[in-house]
Amino acid sequence: MDGVDKSVWDHGQALVWAVLALLGLVALIGCVARDEQALRVGNGTEPQGLDPHTVSGVPEHRLTSTLFEGLVDLDCETLRPIPAVAESWSVSEDGTVYTFHLRPNASWSNGDPVTAQDFTYAWQRILTPALGSEYAYMLHCMKNAKDFNEGRIRDFGQVGVKAIDDHTIEVELEHPTPYFLSMQNHWTWFPVHRATIERFGRMDERNTKWTRPGNLVGNGAFVLKRWIPNNVIEVVKNEQYWNAANVRLNRILFYPTDNLLTEEHSFRTGLLHLTENVPITKVPVYRRDHPDVLQIDPYLGTYFYRINVTRAPFTDVRVRRAFAMAVDREAITRNVVMGGQRPAGTFTVPDTAGYTCDTGIDYDVEQARRLLAEAGYPEGLGLPPVELLYNTSENHKLIAEAIQQMWKRDLNVEVSLVNQDWKVYLASQKNLDYQIARASWIGDYLDPNTFLECFLTGGGHNNTGWSNKAYDDLLAEAARTADQRRRFDLMRRAEGILLGDAPIIPIFYYTRVYLKSPAVKGWHGNLLGYISFKTLYLEEPGT
Amino acid sequence: MIRLIALRILEMIPILWIIVTLVFFTIRLAPGGPFDAERNVSPEVLESLNAYYHLDAPLYRQYLDYMRDLVHGDLGPSFKNASWSVNELIALGSPVSFELGIYALAVALLIGLTAGIIASMKPNTAQDHIPMSLAMLGICVPTFVLGPLLALVFSLWLGWLPVAGWEGPQHKILPSMTLGAAYAAYIARLTRGGMLEILAQDFIRTARAKGLSRARVVLRHALRGGLQPVVSFLGPAVAGLLTGSFVVETIFQIPGLGRFFVQAAFNRDYTMIMGMVLFYAVLILCFNLAVDVIQAWLDPRLRRQG
Repeated sequence: MDGVDKSVWDHGQALVWAVLALLGLVALIGCVARDEQALRVGNGTEPQGLDPHTVSGVPEHRLTSTLFEGLVDLDCETLRPIPAVAESWSVSEDGTVYTFHLRPNASWSNGDPVTAQDFTYAWQRILTPALGSEYAYMLHCMKNAKDFNEGRIRDFGQVGVKAIDDHTIEVELEHPTPYFLSMQNHWTWFPVHRATIERFGRMDERNTKWTRPGNLVGNGAFVLKRWIPNNVIEVVKNEQYWNAANVRLNRILFYPTDNLLTEEHSFRTGLLHLTENVPITKVPVYRRDHPDVLQIDPYLGTYFYRINVTRAPFTDVRVRRAFAMAVDREAITRNVVMGGQRPAGTFTVPDTAGYTCDTGIDYDVEQARRLLAEAGYPEGLGLPPVELLYNTSENHKLIAEAIQQMWKRDLNVEVSLVNQDWKVYLASQKNLDYQIARASWIGDYLDPNTFLECFLTGGGHNNTGWSNKAYDDLLAEAARTADQRRRFDLMRRAEGILLGDAPIIPIFYYTRVYLKSPAVKGWHGNLLGYISFKTLYLEEPGT
Repeated sequence: MIRLIALRILEMIPILWIIVTLVFFTIRLAPGGPFDAERNVSPEVLESLNAYYHLDAPLYRQYLDYMRDLVHGDLGPSFKNASWSVNELIALGSPVSFELGIYALAVALLIGLTAGIIASMKPNTAQDHIPMSLAMLGICVPTFVLGPLLALVFSLWLGWLPVAGWEGPQHKILPSMTLGAAYAAYIARLTRGGMLEILAQDFIRTARAKGLSRARVVLRHALRGGLQPVVSFLGPAVAGLLTGSFVVETIFQIPGLGRFFVQAAFNRDYTMIMGMVLFYAVLILCFNLAVDVIQAWLDPRLRRQG
């Protein structure tokens, strides 16, 4: 018996020692000095990939823009084009030919020089139909690029891009495209390293191993060090980068943060310097207690409802307009979303590259009631049942409920709410299997065109069944117009038609609401949500 | 015994085949496809994508191709995490989920067995009521409440442990506690029930009559029989623990299998869903087999029947 007790005691002792050792280890790890200039970023979701030619989405943009660099970059503060791989450029009189002069010291992370051929190769790759790049249409402004991308032309020589010599590229555009330069910081225009791509597969082969750590050769300010799916992606400073002397961060760690609460906790305990989001309920708390870390930037995006114009009662423009006018947007931004969003009367975000649409949809109950009565539904009587569809999410639900009440109060119509899982909701929209559906649009580049082209007849994200020849013609004419003022006038007229016909109900303009540690310096929030990591640095308070 | 095991393993093949076939066809019935996005892709692009993933072939052809690759152990490329194959993602995620599962199991057994045995020794006294009420609480508080609660106390208030991540040992304490707690509660209740039943039997009385100490009777004689219900519960429970918990992995940002599985379902990542279902099925079948073997070892009556 004695012996048993003793061995139990020995085990007990061993356990105590093990616990103490563990605690010591924890303390030790906690005490290891935070290494200098390592930025930790909450990046939303796990990226689809790191190949700039096959990805889409904001998390991917952040990552690819650290690993690659295009001809022209954007200044985060002004969103004006600034030299990147191209040290200078010139534009022809009519705005359709751009000549870029590449800096001779630009190099890939393996030391190879970045040449004009790297860009033509990259652009040929993304436009090759077999690659199936979802975002290839960004390059359709180049002459014949669309035809090549859609398989009508097989010879890439006919596409409007030429490497004049190793350090000169000439691009011929289909139309004058005033936003051509500012598009260059979009991942679709980034160069890729030919030898690396072809070491791991064919030019038009998706998802080869070329984007793995150790394989990936890029020309950005950082190189890929570590990628553990659903855990972390680490990039470190690229010493071969032409402007490495001015890059101050040594490392960036990107974490997929799909749980908002955990992301916020991670920020609070110092694990993250930057978050992707803030839980909506925490916004007022931060506003009151820590306004220094809460960031609210206007964002190039609009939250709106689509109306299916092919289904009664919304085949009647008066009914559509009545519904659009009976939305009190002020009340929604003030009481429901509360992240500094502005009420939206138009589709295009105001002051997009200097464009603002002057006609908008206002909250006007009288007019809305009158229109509904004219359409044959006085006081909402006799209106067929109406359903409002949104993808399952607490925020969309709150907004939908508020609007449901407004329509009940102001128009005396009963609208039922339906929510669907994301993919089901997308399919319903695509198949026009809805009456009213929540939607949002985030601009790809700084120009009203990124919004207005959505509603061209048969456009890839029209999804309302709406079609208007005058609208299409005005936008086509705007595309041919080099004079920015006249171009914007045409676009304003087009947007007026869109809002008058009301296949959509704009609700609010997005803001980007996130948390940023005061240690992050060199920061400029902007309309595109673009972060230039090469100009950021960390300065811990008190050091 | 060995024949029994071999037979059971053979039985798994048709079961797995049925599971794979059912899942293969049902996931394709769900509305929405893997390439649906906010912005509709052009028909040309969709065509190339479908061709790349062989989704343009007739369904029976896709099925045969999938089965052929499966026989070779190839689960195909993931649609969403496009740079990785399903095999790679499972290979990356499973050790993490296994590790978490083992810690959670340790937590569950340590707390559950102790509480259950203590409670069973003096039934219907405070020594019984207190641990059993705590166990009831453990069953009732869902992990998505317990996880953030523990994070709030130990990370945000006390600052002892990190709120998220999966690197050092300090990252592993809170998730293991969270995941283990609910299982601990079940184990405690099952242990108590099993022990009470055994403790009322004649051979226990005999052992006591022979003058053995109370502790010795409980630990040496009663425990073996009293654990029967716990063991049958552990089979599926261990499979569940090891294959990862979506909730715990999401709360603590752990790169385990559970998160991959749920993301795959939301993204209509067909190959990933198939791979995960198959992996789960194999694990559950294996653990059930293991449980049967262990039970036969624990209970001589079952062994004779086998």
